[in-house]
Amino acid sequence: MSTETTSKVNVTCTVNGQSCMLTAHPLARLLDVLREQLRLTGTKEGCGEGECGACSVLVDGVLVNSCLVPVLQVAGAEIKTIEGIADGVQLHAVQQAFIETGGAQCGICTPGMVLAAVNLLAQTPQPTEADIRNGLAGNLCRCTGYMKIFDAVVRACQRADIKS
Amino acid sequence: MSNQTDTQTKIVGKPVPRKEGRAKVTGAARYIDDLRMDGMLYGATVRSAVPRGRIREIKFGAGLPWDEFVVVTAADIPGENCVALILLDQPYLVAKFINHAEEPILLLAHADKHLLEKARRAVTFDVEPLSPIFTLEESLAKKEIIWGEDNIFKSYQVNKGNVDEVWAQADFIIEGEYRTGAQEQLYIEPNGVIAVANADAGVTVWGSMQCPYYVHKALLKLFALPEEKIRVIQTETGGGFGGKEEYPSMIAGHAALLSWKAGGRPVKIIYDRAEDMVATTKRHPSRTRHRTAVNKDGKLLGMEIEFVIDGGAYATLSSVVLSRGTIHAAGPYNCPNVRINAHAVATNVPPHGAFRGFGAPQSIFALERHLDKVAQVVGLSPAEFRRRNFIHEGETTATGQVIREPVDMEGLLARAFELTDYQAKRERFARANEGRSLKRGIGFASFMHGAGFTGSGEVYLQSIVGAEAGADGRVRLLAASTEIGQGTNTIFAQIAADALQIDFDLIEVAQPDTSNVPNSGPTVASRTTMIVGKLVESAALGLKQTLQNSGLLKANYTTDDWRAACRRHVEQFGLLKSFSQYKPPPGINWDEGKYQGDAYGAYAWAVYVAEVTVDMLTYEARVEDFVALQEVGKVVHPVLAAGQIEGGVAQAIGFTLYENVVWSEGRMLNNQMTNYIIPTSADIPPIRVYFEEQPYAYGPAGAKGIGELPMDGGAPAILNAIEHATGVAFNHVPLLPEALMQALNQTA
Amino acid sequence: MRAYLPDYELRAPRSLTDALALLAREPGGWRAFAGGTDLMVLLEAGLLTHRKFLSIWHLPELKGIEVANDHVTLGALTTYTEVQRDETMRREFPLLGAAARETGGIAIQNRGTLGGNIVNASPAADSPPALLVYDAELELVSTRGTRLLPYREFHTGYKQMNMQSDELLTRIRLPRTTGDLKTYYRKVGTRKAQAISKVCFAAGARMNDGRIADVRLALGSVAPTVVRCTQTEELLRNQTIDEATTKAAREMLMTEITPIDDMRSTADYRLNVAANLLADFLRQLKHT
Repeated sequence: MSTETTSKVNVTCTVNGQSCMLTAHPLARLLDVLREQLRLTGTKEGCGEGECGACSVLVDGVLVNSCLVPVLQVAGAEIKTIEGIADGVQLHAVQQAFIETGGAQCGICTPGMVLAAVNLLAQTPQPTEADIRNGLAGNLCRCTGYMKIFDAVVRACQRADIKS
Repeated sequence: MSNQTDTQTKIVGKPVPRKEGRAKVTGAARYIDDLRMDGMLYGATVRSAVPRGRIREIKFGAGLPWDEFVVVTAADIPGENCVALILLDQPYLVAKFINHAEEPILLLAHADKHLLEKARRAVTFDVEPLSPIFTLEESLAKKEIIWGEDNIFKSYQVNKGNVDEVWAQADFIIEGEYRTGAQEQLYIEPNGVIAVANADAGVTVWGSMQCPYYVHKALLKLFALPEEKIRVIQTETGGGFGGKEEYPSMIAGHAALLSWKAGGRPVKIIYDRAEDMVATTKRHPSRTRHRTAVNKDGKLLGMEIEFVIDGGAYATLSSVVLSRGTIHAAGPYNCPNVRINAHAVATNVPPHGAFRGFGAPQSIFALERHLDKVAQVVGLSPAEFRRRNFIHEGETTATGQVIREPVDMEGLLARAFELTDYQAKRERFARANEGRSLKRGIGFASFMHGAGFTGSGEVYLQSIVGAEAGADGRVRLLAASTEIGQGTNTIFAQIAADALQIDFDLIEVAQPDTSNVPNSGPTVASRTTMIVGKLVESAALGLKQTLQNSGLLKANYTTDDWRAACRRHVEQFGLLKSFSQYKPPPGINWDEGKYQGDAYGAYAWAVYVAEVTVDMLTYEARVEDFVALQEVGKVVHPVLAAGQIEGGVAQAIGFTLYENVVWSEGRMLNNQMTNYIIPTSADIPPIRVYFEEQPYAYGPAGAKGIGELPMDGGAPAILNAIEHATGVAFNHVPLLPEALMQALNQTA
Repeated sequence: MRAYLPDYELRAPRSLTDALALLAREPGGWRAFAGGTDLMVLLEAGLLTHRKFLSIWHLPELKGIEVANDHVTLGALTTYTEVQRDETMRREFPLLGAAARETGGIAIQNRGTLGGNIVNASPAADSPPALLVYDAELELVSTRGTRLLPYREFHTGYKQMNMQSDELLTRIRLPRTTGDLKTYYRKVGTRKAQAISKVCFAAGARMNDGRIADVRLALGSVAPTVVRCTQTEELLRNQTIDEATTKAAREMLMTEITPIDDMRSTADYRLNVAANLLADFLRQLKHT
C-alpha cells in the first residue's frame, strides 16, 4: 500500500543517550517504534490504553505511557527506556532492589514498574507509603499484590548510592 | 553454632535471587512478542458476533487485496478439527455451528499487521441464528439443549455416612445459597505464539504458556503427525494464573494452521487486550446451595451441598474444575454425614477455564459464608463454631480421606487472631459502628487446599523429570514445568542444589521444549513444587548415585570434587543423565467410581483474617488489613512463597470487591482494563503473610503446594467482615457498591 | 493496534497562527490533538472516527499558568501534573488539584491536559466539575478573533459543545474570587486510583451568619454533560443547615440530575451517592 510510505515522517530524538532518526507514521505509537525499529523490546504492551503502565518510558525526564504517545510528539526529545536504566553492567539501585525483595515475578510489568519507581524517587527521594502507592498506581501488577514492589522501592531509597 | 556447616550448605529455605531476575529487571528477558523471524507473517482470528447459530456464508468485503492474504477455514485442517484436552468437543474453527460469541471461524495472515486488522473487520458471516442460553439456571432447566443430551458436562456425587438420616435428629437445619461470578485472569502479558509448520519439517510453536505438553497433544491431533514432528517451546511467560493452561493450545493451533497454509512461513499471533479478555477463558461462575444439620452443642451432623458451575460452550477443563471444587466444598471440618451433588453445565458463552484455585475458591466461598450463618443460628461465635468442628489427624474428610498428618486448625486460628487482635476488634467495632458513616468489620475464613492433581491424576500423568551434568559439573534440570513468575526455575535449582550439596549457581533449568525435556506434567494445581520438585530431587540424587556407584565421587565431597567427578564421568562414559518418574506415596488410594478416598497427597491449611471498612456515603467496601496464615510444609523460598500468597490474596480481593464481568448476549462487554477493574497499588491493604512449617514426608525437603491456596480464603473472610461491619449478610461475589447500596438501603 | 494508520493524518503546525489558519482553511477537516491520553486510546481500539489531526502539544502559546490580579489563566495544555505543582492553584483552587490528583496515574497526569479534558467533553471527566464551581471562562480563538465564554455555557449536550470547527480552546480563566470558599471534592470511581468516575462531586460555599451565602454544586457522570446544579443551589441559598434543608436539598438534587445505567454503575447508585455526598458536604459546611 503506497499511501503508507508517503505518509511516514522522519523524527530525530535521543534514546538512551544515543541520537537516532526514526521513520514512521506520525501517529505511530512510540511503543511500537521503540520495539520494532529500535528493537528495544524491554518496553512492554499490556493494554494499549494507558491503563497498565507496562509501556512506561521517560520522555524528557517525564514518565509517560509510550502506547499513548504518537511518535511525532517526541521530535527532539530525550527518551529513556528500561534498557537505559542500568549503568552498563551496574544495575540501578531500583533494579537491584527489585531482584532482592522479590518485586519481579513474571516480569512483564517490571520494566514499567521500575521506570515508575525511578521516576518516583527522582521526584520524591524519601517517599512515604502513600507516596509509593500513589506513584505506582498507574502500573498494574497481577502477580505480586504489590507488597514486594513497595519493599523494593523502600530498599532502593535506603541505598546511599541512589542515582536518579 | 554446631550446625553451621548444615546451614551454610542448605539453600532450601533461603531467599536466593530468582534465576531470571536480572533479565527481568533490565528488560532483557524475551517474551513471545519480543521475538520475530525472517519472513514472518502476522495472524488474526475472525470470530463470531453471535452466541449461537449456523453459518450460511462467509463474505469478504470489498477494497482489500484478498489474494495477498493467507486464509484458513475449518476445511483446511489437515487432521482433526478439535482441541484435544479431556473431551474432543471443541473445534479449532467453526465448520458450521457456532456455540458462543467470539468463537473462531476463520484465520487470516499477512505481513502488514495493520492491513491485517483492516481485513479482519472486512470478513463477515451470514448466520442463521439459534436460541442461546446464558445462565446455569437456563442450562439446568434445559431451556435449550446445547450440549450432549442434557447440557451436563460432568456430575459427581460424594457420599459420606448417610445424610438422609440426620435431618430428623438435628436441633438446627440451616440453608443458604451462594454465588460467585466469572473472573478474568488478567495476566499482564496477553496470549501469543509464533508457529512454523509444514509437511516436511513438522510443526514448531513458541509461545506464552503454562503447559507445553498440552499444546503438543493438541497439535498432534490437529495435524495428524507423529510425535517427533511436533515441537513446543515455552518462551518467557508474563503470568498465567490458569489462563494459559488450555487456551494456548487453541492459539498455537491457529498460528500453525496459518503457517501450514503459507508453506511454512513463520506466523505470529498476539492477542491484544480486548481480544484476550473477550475470547479467552475465565473463572467458572458458580452457585452453591447448602443444607446443614447441627446439634445444640454446635456439632455438625450433616451437610448436603449442591455445587453447580457454568462451563460455557465446551467441556474443556470443567470436569476437573468441578472435581476440585467438589472435594473442597465441605472444608477442613469433621462432619460424619456429607452428600455433595455437583454439576458442570453448558451455556453459550466462551468456555470457562482454569484460574488459580480451580473450583475451590467458589465452593469454599459458599461454605465459609454459610458457616458464619450457621454459627449465628446456633448462637455461637463464628470462631467457636468452627473450633467445635475442625478436622484432626485421624479423622476423615468428605471423601473419606483419613488425615494422616498433624493438623492444628485451632492453633492456626488462635495465632491468626493474635496477629490481628481479632477478638478485641470484633467487640470494639461492633460497639463503635453505631451511627458512623465509616463502619468497620473483621472476619475470617478457615480452609484447606489440596496440592497436586486430584485423585488418581498424578498416577495417570506419570510425570518425568530429568537431570544432566556436563564435564564442567553444571547441572541442567529437564522438566516441562514452566516458569511463569511463580519461581519454578529458582526453587527447582534450590532443591537440586541441596540434594547434590553443590553451589546453587551450578544448577540451571532448561527452557521447556518438548524436543528436549520430558513431560513433567502441566504447570497447574499447586503441583510444581510438591510433585515435580520431588522428581527434581530424585533425578538430582540419581546423578549423585551414579557418580558414587562408579567410584568417582566419595561420600563427603565439595563442589570442586563434584566438578572433578563429573569431568571424569563425561570423559569415560559421556554425558551424565538421570531421570525420575512419579510414584505415589504409599497408602494413597482413590476410588474414581465412588469418588472416595485420598483426594490429594497433602493439604495446606490456612486461616485468613480480613479487616474492612464500609463507607455508608458511597457504599464502597475497602480491605484495610489482611493476615494470611498458613501451614504449607517446608517453605522452600520465603520471599517467593510470600510473593505467591500476597499475589493470590490480591487476586482474591479483586474477585471479591472489584472484578465484575459485564455480560451482554453471552459476550463480555467490559473487555478493557479501563472497565474491568483489578486492584491497583492504592487499593491493596497491607497483606501480612505468616507460615507454619510442618514438613511433609513426601515433598521435596518437606514442602507442600501453595500456589492456589491464597485464592481461597479472601472472598469469604472479606464478606464475613462486611457482615460484621454492616449487619447485612451478602452471599455473592463480586460484591460491588451498587449491590451494597441496595441491601443497606433496604435494611436502613 | 486496531486502526489502519495510513487512513489517518497528524501534523504539527509551526505556530498557533499556522494552526488556526489550517483550521480555518478546511472547516471541520482538522481537529486538535494534545497529550493524546483520550485520542490514542480510541485510535488503538479502532474507534477514532475523525481522521485528520493537528498536534498542538508543542505550541508555547497554549502552555503555562499566569497569575494576574483578578484571575489566573491556564494554558489549554496545562497538564494535571502542572496543576498540582502550582502554588497559586494549590492555595486558591484546591478542587482542581484534587481532581488532577485523582485523574489516572502519574503517566496520565503528565500527558493529560485541562484543555483536552474539556474538549473531549466526557460527562465523566474529572476536572470539569471543579472548573464549574470556580466559574471558569474559556478563551476560544480562531482567525476570526477571540471570544471568552463562561464554561457553564460550553457543553450543550452529550459530546456537544459551543465551539466552532475553526476554533481552538487556548486558555482557561479562573476568577480569583473563590479563595475563601469552603470546598468539597469527592470522586467516586470504580477503585481508588486510575479509575473512571461513577459520581464526581465538587462543591464550594460561603457561610454568613449561620446561613449559606454562596453555594456552587457541580457533578460529573450524572447527566449527559457535567452539570452545575443551580436549582439545588437556589434552594440552599440563604438557608441555615438543618435536617429539613438537607432533606429538601437531597430531593431537589435527585430531580436535577439525570444519571443512567451503564457498564460502570447504575442510575440508582449515582442518584443515591450524589445525594449522600451533598448531605456530607452540608454537614461539613455546618461544622466549619
